[in-house]
Amino acid sequence: MSTYNLKDSTVAIHGGRTLDTHASSILFPLYQTSTFVHDAVGINKGFSYSRVSNPTVDALEKAIGALEATPPAVCFRTGMAAITTLLLSVLKTGDHAIISDVVYGGTMRLFREVLDHLGITASFVDTSDAANVEAAITPETRIVLIETPGNPTLKLTDIEAVSQVTRRHSILLAVDNTFLTPILQKPLELGADISILSTTKYIDGHNATVGGSIATRDEKLLERLCLIRKTLGTTQAPFEAWLTLQGIKTLPARLRLHCEGAEVIARWLETHPAVEYVLYPGLDSFPQKALAEKQQRAPGAMIAFELKAGAEAAIQALNSVQLCSRAESLGGLETLITHPSSTTHADVDPELRCRLGISDGLIRLSVGLEAPEDIIADLEQAFAAAVSGVATKEVCHEIR
Amino acid sequence: MKFASRLVSFDPAPGDRFRPICTPIYQTATFEQENTDSFGEYDYSRSGNPTRTVLEKHLAALENGTRGFCFSSGMAAISTVTRLLRTGDEILVDSDLYGGTCRLFSKVIDRYGITARYADARAPEQFERQITPHTKLIFVESPTNPLLRVIDLRRMAELAHAHGALLCVDNSSMSPYLQNPLDLGADIVLHSATKFLGGHHDVTAGVIVAKNEALAEQIYFLQNAEGSALGPFDSFLLLRGIKTLKLRIDCQQQNAQAIARFLASHKQIKQVYYPGLSESCDFDLQRSQARGPGSVFSFTTGSVEISKAIAEYAEFFHITVSFGSVTSSISLPGTMSHASVPAKLLAERNLPPDLARISIGIEDEEDLIADLDQAIQRATSR
Repeated sequence: MSTYNLKDSTVAIHGGRTLDTHASSILFPLYQTSTFVHDAVGINKGFSYSRVSNPTVDALEKAIGALEATPPAVCFRTGMAAITTLLLSVLKTGDHAIISDVVYGGTMRLFREVLDHLGITASFVDTSDAANVEAAITPETRIVLIETPGNPTLKLTDIEAVSQVTRRHSILLAVDNTFLTPILQKPLELGADISILSTTKYIDGHNATVGGSIATRDEKLLERLCLIRKTLGTTQAPFEAWLTLQGIKTLPARLRLHCEGAEVIARWLETHPAVEYVLYPGLDSFPQKALAEKQQRAPGAMIAFELKAGAEAAIQALNSVQLCSRAESLGGLETLITHPSSTTHADVDPELRCRLGISDGLIRLSVGLEAPEDIIADLEQAFAAAVSGVATKEVCHEIR
Repeated sequence: MKFASRLVSFDPAPGDRFRPICTPIYQTATFEQENTDSFGEYDYSRSGNPTRTVLEKHLAALENGTRGFCFSSGMAAISTVTRLLRTGDEILVDSDLYGGTCRLFSKVIDRYGITARYADARAPEQFERQITPHTKLIFVESPTNPLLRVIDLRRMAELAHAHGALLCVDNSSMSPYLQNPLDLGADIVLHSATKFLGGHHDVTAGVIVAKNEALAEQIYFLQNAEGSALGPFDSFLLLRGIKTLKLRIDCQQQNAQAIARFLASHKQIKQVYYPGLSESCDFDLQRSQARGPGSVFSFTTGSVEISKAIAEYAEFFHITVSFGSVTSSISLPGTMSHASVPAKLLAERNLPPDLARISIGIEDEEDLIADLDQAIQRATSR
């Protein structure tokens, strides 16, 4: 079936789905096998060895490709394996990359501690202004990698504006679209060449797997990614692919609920006297709200905020939650509350963290599918516990 | 404790209050933290997962190493080892090695200014002459794939250490049951666990075991940074497979011995490459460093067409890449597993185009021999 004109919620269930022609099973089978029998020497049915390709992983790649409106995506063991494989596919010694300054700490670590040893350099720039990207370009620049919304401060980058710059200089533009997924933001339609997802997050949606994917319309790049992936052995495993394939079906429905809940919670946070500020692209106070409305279909379900009482109170609040889970990761059914400076961005230099707004008091919330009022009640009691624990009496009074 | 006991006697679930006899599958991406400033043992499955930890500790113990690490594939393990090097460094490699490793060395890491030099490690003096001040790593398989040449691993360790380099041994064709390279002086041992360790062709996985803590730290850093660690479900399958490692290999080796003997005396077979045959020039060296010759070997027939036809007529022997499973398989390395070796290197290696590699499974010995007999007959009477 052509999935060209179907709505996202239909594409999530039927798009690019591989039919099981053997037993007509409604769910595509889990091919938990490492190798495939050849009909004769040099002749196989398209699959030879699961590190290279596997029918279940292939089914996932077609499903993600349908969501991205691209040829089948390329799936990896983790989101970091996707980024590592992409960068090792397009960069060699002497090459240069430009990265958003507000970006997942693991991506920063990959450049600083791994690719650096191979003579690959990177500039971390404030990509929210496309002029900064242009200014950072050198003759050796091969790729611009942006994260929008950026993790954890939700700083946005105008994909279209940056794509005009990269196009002019014949440089690849890759967008880490993990926070929104192609349901809420379509980087390729906005001019990017490559869309990256940590499928661990909303795509799986159940905190059951780790995985990554890369989608592009550039057939040559796809071929190269597959070659490097099979050489580095970073291919996604069949069982994880099978679980992810089921998770995708509810992606649009989940995201709708995630966003609804996040909006309610963000508004509540903004009016809460203990809260210093809230960053959420759906709020009028969000500095880049216009850009969010231009390039995103919804604000997403990630919120960042700080308490007036400071870093110590933030830690107390995190330690006092009962319903929200203190855990890294995001995008699952469970609401996760994270302290970026000690977890996701712990490997980033403290001074740099401070400059990027990732203060020790910053709290990141991945809003799950619990009832928003229950999450609000949990946060309310956690704030009360935190503030009574550390703050001055005046602040406590203010809360009451 | 003897090896057979070590395979099954380990704590399958440390600290688990239900005391399961099998390791639980922690199919989770993330873990709750006790509180903000005290991290539990696990925070995120890319960084660490309880199912994988049990497996990694078990493998470290079986290889007599300090710490073990499991990866999404054998190639992910090898690629991680190459990341210990920097631009300008060199790797010295024995010239008979798996095609995928060759592709990694010749098509990927060369882009980062890391050079792989190939030489015959069976001639250690000439091999040593290829070492330069930039050589940081010596990489060998033994027995090699697919020519089953045996490399003197103790000697390789001496060479490496005399020149301040590390020795890494790909032990996939032996498994920790038959050979422990760390005990012979290697610094790093790695496996494609897809082969003997898994043993059932149901999982793609790789293993690194490091001899010392400093190397282990670096490998852990890379495993986490590049996100190449093995998933929980695959870790469970591997834990299950390892339990029967000795049973399987004992049976496979016994079959292999009989089949190699049968082929060696067959008039249509030109040569059998197997260090388990007493007439093999590698027989003594293999006995001095391993507890058995394994169950993978190669043979030639004098004709590519005949070798191909044998592969196609043999019914028990599936034509697949990979080896080490309970099911027998056959492949023509020149056109299959080693197709990615550059032509120049292929010529230097003297890889016979009619070479067929077989991996012997646990089927009945007589069935396998009868099957090969009929396949050879049909192939040669065409």
